[in-house]
Amino acid sequence: MNSRIANVAFNTFREAVRDRVLYNLIAFALLLSAAAILVGQISIDIERLVVVNLGLTAVTLFGVVIAIFIGIGLVSKEIEKRTLYTVLSRPVRRWEFVVGKFLGLTGTLLVNTFFMAIGVFLALLYVSRHFERGDFSITAALYFIILQFLIVCSLALLFSSFSSPLLSAVFTFALFVIGSLAEDLRGFAAAAKGITAMLAGTVAYLVPNFSAMNVVNQVAHGEPVSGQLILCNTVYALLYSAMAISGAVLIFQRRNLK
Amino acid sequence: MPAIETINLAKTYAVGFWRRKPRTALLPLNLQIEEGEIFGFLGPNGAGKTTTLKLLTGIVFPSSGTARILGKEVDDPGVKAQIGFLPEQPYFYDYLTAKELLEYYGQLSGVPAKDLSSRVNEMLSRVGLSDAARTQLRKFSKGMLQRVGLAQAILHDPKVVFLDEPMSGLDPIGRREVRELIQQLKQEGKTVFFSTHILSDAEALCDRVAVIHKGELRGVGAVAELTAQVHGKVEITFNASAAPAALRQLGADMHINGNIVSAVLPEENQEAALEVLKRERLRLTSLTPVRSSLEEYYVQNLQPAEKSMGVGA
Repeated sequence: MNSRIANVAFNTFREAVRDRVLYNLIAFALLLSAAAILVGQISIDIERLVVVNLGLTAVTLFGVVIAIFIGIGLVSKEIEKRTLYTVLSRPVRRWEFVVGKFLGLTGTLLVNTFFMAIGVFLALLYVSRHFERGDFSITAALYFIILQFLIVCSLALLFSSFSSPLLSAVFTFALFVIGSLAEDLRGFAAAAKGITAMLAGTVAYLVPNFSAMNVVNQVAHGEPVSGQLILCNTVYALLYSAMAISGAVLIFQRRNLK
Repeated sequence: MPAIETINLAKTYAVGFWRRKPRTALLPLNLQIEEGEIFGFLGPNGAGKTTTLKLLTGIVFPSSGTARILGKEVDDPGVKAQIGFLPEQPYFYDYLTAKELLEYYGQLSGVPAKDLSSRVNEMLSRVGLSDAARTQLRKFSKGMLQRVGLAQAILHDPKVVFLDEPMSGLDPIGRREVRELIQQLKQEGKTVFFSTHILSDAEALCDRVAVIHKGELRGVGAVAELTAQVHGKVEITFNASAAPAALRQLGADMHINGNIVSAVLPEENQEAALEVLKRERLRLTSLTPVRSSLEEYYVQNLQPAEKSMGVGA
């Protein structure tokens, strides 16, 4: 990686850490501990299912909230506060800045997810007393969650490059929700006719397909995740976020900073 | 080869949400600043000084025309390594310490890793912030932020330094230190382009100045050249116990000290004033041309347009 991108990324990560973004881990730990203790007391043989479901859903929601709320401010906050002036007057290309900011936030989410994943496994150990062979597939679910974060970050960055932070947050969250229902939307498009089918089909294929990356239920039941799905989701997430970042770069390249 | 050159450099912004209207921030500007010069860019608030600096540092793009630094287009990354920029009222990453901020900027500017730490310490010492090196910028006063801003602008040893209102927010001692720093930069062979509305600073420091108003260049040249264009005044002193009324009619501004009267009046009324003294049988002690200041040039140059609203600070 070029050193300027790495420097911008590291500074973005440092900003998130110093702005106490990782404090969300405390809330996550409290939530999961409470859930594990509660489920442990109920003990009706669904402890594992509940803990994995709740844990992975919490990892997704905590991460998505961070990805959206930091993502929308990655560039717009720097423009608003004019911290960009002293960066862009240096030999830093605008695309390097955007990519660096994106990677910095992605790094923050990776670290955050890593600690949350430890929390999920500890809670699982607490309720099951031991790990099972099928628990390994939880790592695949966590990997897919990280892929979702990549797309959410890139979308937040794209929207914030041309709209206000509030609208960017609304757009990104709306796309996350619609994208989580992408498979249903595709099903609806297949069942519909005429212009409705065409519209639903177009939207279903344009929005990010988060539902294909949601294997939480599957792994909670101890079912494995296929290698083919891992490959397809990886390629899809990388391409989708690369396109969104390219869009953000194209807009930012031409933008006058006031 | 000029250090800085603008050729018909102009900027128009589109303002408004619906039916966006163009607003001219800078009319075609042609300037040439030689290497090693200290160049002052003067004008009231909203004159187009900051827009020009943003155009010269690649922060905004010109609507027409071009700007060249050291013979290359502004957006050339090679050029960016050779320029330093202090924005007006700078705001930095306040979660960083002064040392961390300078290290970050040093890395972005390509300062070799082995030299970075010593270079940062040297800069902090140069702007008087060695003791605050490990303090987070959110705890800095406005004046301290201005000093950090100056340090980051010269950290990577640039050939051309752009300073937007560098004395802003500084106390008198701080201002004097910045003046000295700018002079040191000149001695090091750097070109300094700074905007200000504090005319005494420009007069004391600059080899040449340009005056801009409402996006239009009103004048450019050495301070002496510009002030020579000001309608001259003369000061005459003579012995008298009271100021003759006839001199007041000639536009004289008079002060009486004991029995010595000092009158400053337009140069063109000099002969008429001497006639008055002769008629009143008053003894002339001295007649001296009054040196015009940059302020007089500035006021005279901008006043016609500003009469109804007053010149901006």
